[in-house]
Amino acid sequence: MTALELRGISRTYGSGPSEVHALVDIDLVVEPGDLVAVMGPSGSGKSTLLAIAGSLEDPTAGEVLIAGQAVATMSRNARARLRRRSIGYVFQDFNLLAGLTAVENVALPLELDGTPARAARRTGLEALEVFGLDDRAERFPDELSGGERQRVAIARAVVGDRRLLLADEPTGALDSVNGEAVMRLVRAACQRGVAGVIVTHDAQLASWADRVVFLRDGRVVDQTAPPPKPESLLASGPNR
Amino acid sequence: MSVRHALLALLSEGPKYGLQLRQEFEAGTGEIWPLNVGQVYTTLQRLERDGFVESDDAAGEGPQKGFRITAAGEDELVLWLRTPPDLASPPRDELVIKVLVSRLVPGVDVSEVVQAHRRYVVELMQQYTRLKEDVSEDDVGLALVVDAELFRLDGVVRWLDAADGRLKRHAAGRAETDSDADPAGPSLPLRVRRRAGTTKPTGTTGARR
Repeated sequence: MTALELRGISRTYGSGPSEVHALVDIDLVVEPGDLVAVMGPSGSGKSTLLAIAGSLEDPTAGEVLIAGQAVATMSRNARARLRRRSIGYVFQDFNLLAGLTAVENVALPLELDGTPARAARRTGLEALEVFGLDDRAERFPDELSGGERQRVAIARAVVGDRRLLLADEPTGALDSVNGEAVMRLVRAACQRGVAGVIVTHDAQLASWADRVVFLRDGRVVDQTAPPPKPESLLASGPNR
Repeated sequence: MSVRHALLALLSEGPKYGLQLRQEFEAGTGEIWPLNVGQVYTTLQRLERDGFVESDDAAGEGPQKGFRITAAGEDELVLWLRTPPDLASPPRDELVIKVLVSRLVPGVDVSEVVQAHRRYVVELMQQYTRLKEDVSEDDVGLALVVDAELFRLDGVVRWLDAADGRLKRHAAGRAETDSDADPAGPSLPLRVRRRAGTTKPTGTTGARR
């Protein structure tokens, strides 16, 4: 089943002379296991697209389907449940709660969804272990490096049965080594079947994706073809 | 890329055969910069002529001929390592020329030209990133070469993004200027009119000597 589908999505702010078309007729399909990067400059509509994909914001026109379900037909409670259970969000500034340890941060969405504290903690620890952070479980966010904080944020985003990971410039605050470590985790999550959408202006970050969609002035103007096997780079040297 | 100095660096570890040098060079650069065996022997002959390496004469020509670095070769290598390459002269970049020229061709949308190149470069970056993903932790040589390519290509995309933004701002500014045009005559920015000699400098500037 398709993890995320945007059909003819438009989003307009204001009206009359001050009307702004943030998104215009966007179609996007993301299958389980796919990592898609939406790349565009500031003001191109990337963050609006992500907010609509995550049902944090409603489109002016068009339809959002998450795991085959049309978001617009859901009740307020059903949408909140969908956000808690199925979607993980990662932001540039980590958004961890400072008063909770790493494992408490990861377990929090499960507890909010009604999982008993002990079971939520166990699942949280498992998620941290998958990302090589089990030895950081009892640390508070200010005791972690920037790279570790973002890795905890990714563990939180995919803990439990979350199948859709939405990330807004997830490596924007990190150096290239930590940024790479974070993207390796995102790829690992996708290889386990999570569908990922990353919005970014950064080509190095976008290049981790299976597909890069280019957004300009609220419209999809282009996208990359599926990349050939990297071995082709090794055979194309100038002297061979 | 200086094959000459790369061979000196490999020989600084100890004497080696030509074929061995080729294999170690390719392994050290993750096979991204392949080297043919003729190039290795030609370079070694020149290094020997310049007194930077010595060969094992007794073995004669062929794969069993060994080479070792001389003291002069070690000095040359150390000097080369510390000499910055020439980055001061801008290369005549074909991509830059294409974007510059596309502005002059009637009916061509420069943004589309920029996007075609952006897509190609990002696709290439995706291939390098896949390669990096598969590189083992121990293969530092390949990881360094892949990083170098990714940063270089990232620079190209950044330039394309900056060019796109600059050209859009320029077009918007020109459209605004056109709509505010003085019906009595063309409205060039003051700086341009001064250069074109259509206006005289005012104030004290004209009196200064």
